[in-house]
Amino acid sequence: MSEMNEKMTKNNSQEEQYSLNDDRRVKVLSPGAMVAKRFFRNRLAVTGLIILVFMFLFSFVGGMISPYREDQVFYRTDYQKKEYAGVIESQELRFASAEAEIPFDGVIQAQAMLAIQKKNETFSYKDVEYTLVQDGEDLYSVYSGGTLIGIAFKNVISSAVEGERIPFALQYELLKAYADGKRNFTAAGESYQLDEEGLVTRNGEEVAYISHYIIQAVMPDVFLTREFKELATEAIENGQESFLYTEADGVEYEYAISYDAAKQAWSVLQEKETRVFDTYSAPSREHLLGTDKNGMDMLTRIMYGGRVSLIIGFIVVFIQTIIGVTLGGIAGYFGKWVDNLIMRIVDIFYCIPNMPIIIILGAVMDGMRVDPQIRMLFLMLLLGFLGWASTARLVRGQILSLREQEFMVATEATGVRTINRIFKHLIPNVIPQLIVTCTMGLGSTIITESTLSFLGLGVKFPFASWGNIINDVNDTFVLTTYWFIWIPAGVCLLLTVLAFNILGDGLRDAFDPRMKR
Amino acid sequence: MRKYIVQRILLSIVILFFVSLIIYTLMRCLPTSYIETVAREKSMQPGSKSYEEWMEQLTAMYNMDKGIVQGFFAWIGSMFRGEFGDSWKWTVPVADKFRDTVWVSFTMGAIAFVLEVIIAIPLGVIAATKQYSKADYTISVVALAGISLPTFFFASLLKLVFSVRLGWFDLYGLVGRNYEYLDSMGKIMDKANHLVLPVITLVVVSMGSLMRYTRTNMLEVLNADYIRTARAKGLSEKKVIYHHAFRNTLIPTVTILGGSLPALFSGALITETLFGIPGIGYASYYSMTAGDIPFSMFYLVFIAITTLLGNLITDILYAVVDPRVRVS
Repeated sequence: MSEMNEKMTKNNSQEEQYSLNDDRRVKVLSPGAMVAKRFFRNRLAVTGLIILVFMFLFSFVGGMISPYREDQVFYRTDYQKKEYAGVIESQELRFASAEAEIPFDGVIQAQAMLAIQKKNETFSYKDVEYTLVQDGEDLYSVYSGGTLIGIAFKNVISSAVEGERIPFALQYELLKAYADGKRNFTAAGESYQLDEEGLVTRNGEEVAYISHYIIQAVMPDVFLTREFKELATEAIENGQESFLYTEADGVEYEYAISYDAAKQAWSVLQEKETRVFDTYSAPSREHLLGTDKNGMDMLTRIMYGGRVSLIIGFIVVFIQTIIGVTLGGIAGYFGKWVDNLIMRIVDIFYCIPNMPIIIILGAVMDGMRVDPQIRMLFLMLLLGFLGWASTARLVRGQILSLREQEFMVATEATGVRTINRIFKHLIPNVIPQLIVTCTMGLGSTIITESTLSFLGLGVKFPFASWGNIINDVNDTFVLTTYWFIWIPAGVCLLLTVLAFNILGDGLRDAFDPRMKR
Repeated sequence: MRKYIVQRILLSIVILFFVSLIIYTLMRCLPTSYIETVAREKSMQPGSKSYEEWMEQLTAMYNMDKGIVQGFFAWIGSMFRGEFGDSWKWTVPVADKFRDTVWVSFTMGAIAFVLEVIIAIPLGVIAATKQYSKADYTISVVALAGISLPTFFFASLLKLVFSVRLGWFDLYGLVGRNYEYLDSMGKIMDKANHLVLPVITLVVVSMGSLMRYTRTNMLEVLNADYIRTARAKGLSEKKVIYHHAFRNTLIPTVTILGGSLPALFSGALITETLFGIPGIGYASYYSMTAGDIPFSMFYLVFIAITTLLGNLITDILYAVVDPRVRVS
């Protein structure tokens, strides 16, 4: 009444013209308007309503506005390091045969090796004497009866021209010149120049090069050019970690060098551009909340996830309410053995462990590879059929107390039909409480659904749900590194459920002012 | 009074009977192909029984060859004799696994429960006595937030802040890496350290409803006529609230608290799984997802029993503290 007095003084000037007992002086509010008025005075409840409206717009309209689809996959070009070449420092002696009359075959090579290790100057094999001459560091020549039959050396000589062999004479002279540090030498009557980096030229034309690194391509069909090898060698000698090299087709690649101490080898990694799923990319202008592990836009996924969570919530609560109101109504109205029977069923359903059963069925559906869409349907039905007991109890309790009130006696006295008595007179009186429980039920259903989805037993990929978006935290790396993957979805979930609970609270206070004395 | 209790107990047994029947029927309704797949996977493991043996064992255990009703009675009989079978997932008898895990769950649940009571009841009383004050709004919003907080999200947040960023606690497990080398005191401290985050999770998530329940009840009591009388007599506000009102609030509160005691044994499925605490919730979660039928069946019935026991205790306590219930 005090509210009305206030109103009346406010509009005093306007109402002064009416006589004191004029009905128009009294503002009449319908019960609904009273409820609305009480509700909107509750600031907390209105905040909840605003959050909910926002969440609905976000989930249902947002999905339409978003430029991306729910399952649109994004790619990015990535630089991937691929093993390109291996480099080892030449540690072993290699042999070259002079192709003289006396063969320089494997057995003699082995004998020569032994002699080198023992630092002997001569060795014999099968009654043949061989002489070993050291021409320089890591360069030995083997003579038999005064004829040069072969050489043993550690440096590596490779041809500058793909596929061409280097004659023995040139090899030998080159090795000698390299060992002595000479710049010019002659072999087979021609003169060659040797530069600091081991490049051998004849009349300005590249012939071969020498180095103490062995560089081999990982892929057999790749020919490594001299320039590449030179760059690699230089980088290794200078201790660089990477170098650039432009291939014949003009594309410049970056090569990274890594050293494996155990193998005493370097590997050259080529950084090549490849197209990969744009996974876990940080928030950017195109993807306001980044992308998830499948390279899908996170914000869009959250919008669609909200849609799924809210729709499931509504359908489940709808099923629960239908079953609960029907059974509770019947029990409350008819009483006696009907009531007893139904309430025992309610007791049984109260005791059934919902969560474990849904988990087991979820695991079974996993095992049977049920289609995600059908799973979602199953999930809703299950949650609905397992959760109606509390609604039934509430409705039954309400109807039991309403049944005894005078207005029900009046309906009986005036001969209203049973069906009308239930649905026109009893049920409408239960609706306020029902709305409150449904609102709160929505919140808890969304929590249950998201928990199941989080465990991977509810809504499944490709469908998004707030729960299965957060599911990524099961990967500890995601938990620690990518906050944008799971925190936004969690906040949406928390806000929505909180808003439903606040709204339910506010509605209860508005419907039943006695609760708020 | 005795008649009332006996009546409630009998009713609980009837309900338990039907709940077990539903659980058994559900198990029997599982697609056979699924059971066969699980058994086949089991038989693939090194040193395992053959597929036929697995199926035989299962058939014998759950009387698969008989009709549902007959099979159910035979199964109930074996449950009464304490024959729960061997767990598939843990490869030990179900009863052994249960004994190993249930105390971990109980300890964790009990600590959380005590903390919950210590925090929630005083806050609920404060909120009610200072209705519509800032304190009341804050407490109400905190309580609602606690109710609305999904366990898995809150647990992940705690992990991120306290385990990853601050590095105070381990991410998973009940014992640390060097548990074996600690002395007995160190072992207890190690376990306590690992229980901090799970207990915080449990308390925060479950505190809200108790807080609201206390507040509602306290408000109801504060509006009762005898409180008005007490005030009219000129008693101090302190005496009115803590002597007259709070004691009466305790009636419904103690009833539901008593009713939630058996649930301490049933474990916290999500929290235990997330923090890797080897309690009954954790064990059952992995059993259920791995298709370990013997353990899952046992767990389902066990949960049903704890729930029923909880309801029974609530009813009886209610009758004990409130004589009006006994009369009707």
